[in-house]
Amino acid sequence: MSVFLFVSQLLNGLLDGFYYLLIALGLSLIFSLGGIVNLAHGAFFALGAYMAVLVTPYLGFFGALIVAPLMVACIGVAVERLLFTRFYRVDPLYSLLLTFGLAMVIEQALRWSFGSAPLAYDMPGLLRGQVSMGDFIYSRYRIFLIVVAVTAVALLWLLLNRTAFGRIVRAGIQNPDILGAMGISLRPYLSAVAAIAIGLAGLAGVLMAPIVPVHPAMGIEVLTAAFVVVVIGGLGSFWGVVVSALLVGLVKGFVTALGFTSWSLAAIYLLMFIVLLIRPRGLMGERILRFE
Amino acid sequence: MASSRLDRRGVLRLGGASAIGLLASPAILRAQDGPLVLGHLTPRTGFLGPLGDYAVMGIEMAAEQINANGGILGRQVELLMEDSVNPQTASTKADRMIQRDNVAAIIGEISSASALTIGQTVERNQTLFFNTGANSDALRGEDCKRHMFHVETQNVMYVNAEGQHFLNEGMVDGKRWYILTADYAFGHDLLAAARAFLDRNNGEIAGEDLVPTDATDFSAFMLKIREAEPDLVALNLAGTQITSFFKQYGEFGLDFPVGGFGFDTASAWAAGAQNFRGTWPNVWNHLLDIPASREFAASFTEKYGKPPENQAWGDYMALYIVKQAFEEAGGTDSAAVIEYLESSDAKFDLLKDRPGYFYPENHQLLQDIYAITALPPDEVENEWDIFTASGALLAEDQPLEDLLKDAVGGSCSFSA
Repeated sequence: MSVFLFVSQLLNGLLDGFYYLLIALGLSLIFSLGGIVNLAHGAFFALGAYMAVLVTPYLGFFGALIVAPLMVACIGVAVERLLFTRFYRVDPLYSLLLTFGLAMVIEQALRWSFGSAPLAYDMPGLLRGQVSMGDFIYSRYRIFLIVVAVTAVALLWLLLNRTAFGRIVRAGIQNPDILGAMGISLRPYLSAVAAIAIGLAGLAGVLMAPIVPVHPAMGIEVLTAAFVVVVIGGLGSFWGVVVSALLVGLVKGFVTALGFTSWSLAAIYLLMFIVLLIRPRGLMGERILRFE
Repeated sequence: MASSRLDRRGVLRLGGASAIGLLASPAILRAQDGPLVLGHLTPRTGFLGPLGDYAVMGIEMAAEQINANGGILGRQVELLMEDSVNPQTASTKADRMIQRDNVAAIIGEISSASALTIGQTVERNQTLFFNTGANSDALRGEDCKRHMFHVETQNVMYVNAEGQHFLNEGMVDGKRWYILTADYAFGHDLLAAARAFLDRNNGEIAGEDLVPTDATDFSAFMLKIREAEPDLVALNLAGTQITSFFKQYGEFGLDFPVGGFGFDTASAWAAGAQNFRGTWPNVWNHLLDIPASREFAASFTEKYGKPPENQAWGDYMALYIVKQAFEEAGGTDSAAVIEYLESSDAKFDLLKDRPGYFYPENHQLLQDIYAITALPPDEVENEWDIFTASGALLAEDQPLEDLLKDAVGGSCSFSA
């Protein structure tokens, strides 16, 4: 094991953190605002990948990158209006059951429509190959993936922290009742947040389609990691999720770099365990009155 | 025209009458000679689900053909098909099929763990089981059963056949391999066999990793492989792992030769023409240049709109093997059928270069093995024909028993 490989693995792990981030941010948003534990988040990720397979022949990869997440976001709004809305005021356990069922329904619908065999999805020629950064050689596609992820996260941050929309959402997270007393209805904001969060999962699905198998159960594989990221980061904290995603990636990379590849996934859970022992609310979890 | 319209009661009466007619018709058939009921178990969900779908297509097509030509022993074949899900469920369902539905034999399976539990169940009940997809050497070794026969090739046969190919290509002697292995029984089995093969032939291991079955990100392995600069990257992976590997190997632009010891054509199709590469052993594929094989592939494609995967061939073939065995043994009695299958007259046309036969000592079907080699992406004309098929990997004068050399998984004895 050379020093160079060790550093490469660390860096690679850190970069992996960015795609955890895309999935975990939406998960965290939906939970913070509506108290919905969205177990169907992985299924929306899979939907994004399948939508990409559908529209790529007509619009190309870059067209799919824009259109597919929008399609998933529309499905997200429908789900929010028809299903989530009934569960905002009840025990989160019910929404857990609801979204667990929804995840199964979506997965099975994909299996019926497209078969259970993985579908081939090619990478655009423009993004194939390698980029050299000094001695560190990395996949050009992943650089692109990270740029898209960082852009999406930055836009979301601006939206939440620099706009009137964001102020209302953040107030809604802290205390929806006072917001209601001031005559502001949370309803459209909840729909918008569901669209953004679920659309982000769809975006992650499109981004991953060229590098992982596109199959009906692909959502399950990312959901667990995303949950771990949210739990470590702490609820209600934007930066908590960001730091946690990068930390998870880094720990995974570090364990791999030490040569314990098969332990890299277990290490993430160990990290969660340690963080929760020290900080039960996660790294930067805020006190949210509703959940106390 | 109003008079000919049916009112609600008329509809009900008609419906009732036809339902009774439908229910009664099998009884009339049974009066002559009841259908021959066979059980089919294969995983339809989980990571082996896509292969299970092909298995079902294959056996349904065989049943259709056989029934159109007079059935087995003059009786129509009736298939009882179920999702085997996991080892526990598989054995429960096998038990029920035998006890309640009185099946003459059970066909199917892909998972070695489920094949093991079904094997134990059929042995208790003295009913035959034809394994069409599980590869583990242990099933032909310490876990072998007198009532279990293996249409699917076992791991060591792939290693020996594909190894022969690597030797011919000069990729073993003095060469360094990087090995990636699926971290469960199937992978460990292949790894042991691959290590033994490298030892025998003076090959070296440049590096190796165990890959968790749910891993989707292979970037860490790509960095290690690039660092190690092996002469060959050998994969003992399974299911979607292979697809992930191909996609990311192409993504990272690595170009060391790739190959391995276990393969299903479904994995090549899932990776797509752009990403599939290397040479792989294969029990059967739709491009074999053998007339009977081409004919099977053509009728399958006509029926299902896509060519058969090797798992479809396995379950299709198994039903024909059952037909020949029952008819030659003169009935469905297990003892008589086993005696026939172990005899030297039991030769089976497998749509391959030479007929196959069951090795009496472990009930493995000895047969030709082939290789598929990825086509360069610019030569690909459609999504299915993305590789070329080799001829039989074993020379014509080489006995098929050679494929069983150095099997791991213990030795087989049919006691108890």
